[in-house]
Amino acid sequence: MTEFVATVVRGLGNGSIYALLALGFVIVYKSMRVISFAQPAFMMAGALLVGYLVMSMNFFLAVLVALLLTALLGAGVERLALRPMIGKPVFVIAIITLGVDIVIRTVVNAFIGLDIRQMGDPWGLKQVDVLGAKIDQRHLATLVTTLIVVAALFAFYRWSRTGLAMRAASSDQEVALAQGVSVGRVFSLSWALAAALAGLAGVFLSTGIGLEQNLWLTALKALPVIILGGLDSLGGAVVAGLSIGIVEALVGSYGDNLHPVFGGDFFLVVPYLLMLLVLLVRPYGLFGTREVERI
Amino acid sequence: MSRPLLYLSYKQDMALLNTSAKRAWTLVLAVVAVTLPFLLTDDILVVLATACAASIGAIGLNIVTGYGGQVSLGHAFFLAIGAYTAAALSGDPDSTRLIGFGITSLPIWLLAAGLVAGLAGLIVAPLAARLRGLYLAVVTLGLVFIGEHIFKHWRELTGGVGVGRPAAVPELFGFQFAVDGAMFTKAQKLYLLMLVLLVIFGVLARNLVRSRTGRALAAVRDRDLAAEVIGVDVTRYKMIAFAVSSFYAGVAGALLYVMIGFVEPGSFNLGMSVQYIAMVLIGGVATISGSVLGALFITLLPRITRELPAVLPFISASSTAGGITVFQVETILYGLLIIGFLIFEPRGLFGIWIRIRSYWKSWPFSH
Repeated sequence: MTEFVATVVRGLGNGSIYALLALGFVIVYKSMRVISFAQPAFMMAGALLVGYLVMSMNFFLAVLVALLLTALLGAGVERLALRPMIGKPVFVIAIITLGVDIVIRTVVNAFIGLDIRQMGDPWGLKQVDVLGAKIDQRHLATLVTTLIVVAALFAFYRWSRTGLAMRAASSDQEVALAQGVSVGRVFSLSWALAAALAGLAGVFLSTGIGLEQNLWLTALKALPVIILGGLDSLGGAVVAGLSIGIVEALVGSYGDNLHPVFGGDFFLVVPYLLMLLVLLVRPYGLFGTREVERI
Repeated sequence: MSRPLLYLSYKQDMALLNTSAKRAWTLVLAVVAVTLPFLLTDDILVVLATACAASIGAIGLNIVTGYGGQVSLGHAFFLAIGAYTAAALSGDPDSTRLIGFGITSLPIWLLAAGLVAGLAGLIVAPLAARLRGLYLAVVTLGLVFIGEHIFKHWRELTGGVGVGRPAAVPELFGFQFAVDGAMFTKAQKLYLLMLVLLVIFGVLARNLVRSRTGRALAAVRDRDLAAEVIGVDVTRYKMIAFAVSSFYAGVAGALLYVMIGFVEPGSFNLGMSVQYIAMVLIGGVATISGSVLGALFITLLPRITRELPAVLPFISASSTAGGITVFQVETILYGLLIIGFLIFEPRGLFGIWIRIRSYWKSWPFSH
């Protein structure tokens, strides 16, 4: 039982990271109808910035500053590489974000180097007792922060003027333009938000275990998450993120009893298999909007 | 004497080489390509032969993505299937560690590699036909991860992580391509082999895309609903596109394995898929010659950047020294090229060629 609780909490912790990343994907998708493959790069950039900033300031302040800088980077990328492409096929834009990802990530990797960089976080590998189970503090911190961020994000979308503008631009860009919404600003803002969310995910991902070059692969786990939840559903991203985190953790803990054919690290591909299975039944994910086909 | 470029029939217009200029240039290109092995050193020939093999893969991706409009990030998965099918077929049958059937005849393992990969494509296709656009891109990406997992664990097939297995033996009716002979070196033989195969598969693809199937694919790409309304069986053509593209990928995978010789099971990853996307985009979407240009460009890029440290001293050649390394420059360059081409020249290298061509065609009235 205690092992089960520990596993679930670990799953929720990792799932929160996926959810944060997936929210970034969904925000960009809602505004531009494009999957931004640059999220892994922003995640690494945010974590790297914190790694450097903690050397001269408090961890929490460092995170704030780093997220602001990552948001700026996101908005800058949107302005330089994505704005000229408005109106082009979405596939082409998605590939541009792949290019952006490669460039930023290589630069970030050059700074990380071959060593593992420590984040200087207050949790480290400390553990607490919950229901008799030993649980890493960082998983709890991730979960709580994610819940706060998600609540703030939903409130922002629901009640603020800018949030309304973003929803308007997402449902129909031309009508939104005619109503006085600056769609360009919505694009910038959504890229900034997405980058900051990815940065935050990067910080939590690398606390405790440290920042190293291969961590970016984790960001790709958010792709099955958004497909599972539906590309344009914020709620779906959170639900799918947490559930994939839990399933992955469960398979990781209890998967050794599976047939050896599946291989020892089977939990790594579980998200992708889950995605394929769900898509066979629901091609637009669990909460995604079904595309209306008109002739 | 008729007017130049006056076509009297549809057949004439759709001919493979429909202008005299095309005929002349094709001849020149063919002569140059065949004389190259006697002018260049072996190490460059190996790079060129690899580029020929990669071209076949790029043509495959272009059929599904450029002509068919189905975005696939899963090309590496099909390349891997081809590579391992060929290696297993031609492998040593007495080995206790690895699967092997001892069939070293090139046409057999090459066709088998293509067919098995094509079959895998057909299995994925029904799922793909239900999905559109970016959903499909992410799903095919999932294939790459699942494939990577399988290849890492199926040691009897792939040799396992860090060990690998030898590639298929390129042998045709007892003639060995991968060993130095009395007349030709290994590199010269392999280059000529890859060149001939590229020409065969290139012409086949060119014929496919200018046929009824090709037109149907283009219709599906441009607007699948409209295509369905005018009577194109969308699901069927999406499946054909996937199967043909995977066939090409399988063939390319087998040949690439022969060229590289050692392949780590984990190297058929997202990076490789992106590389092929880059070939298609940089070369030119929906053109066969563009795919070849793109593959040449991407394969030659590392060779060119390796010369950079001699010119620019702040770039270091090894990864242990400080400063920017060649590999980082290469990766950044390649990312920037993707972005730059898409923003400034969406038609790719082939588009640049079209511009040059139309400049001379309309000279002296260049506008």
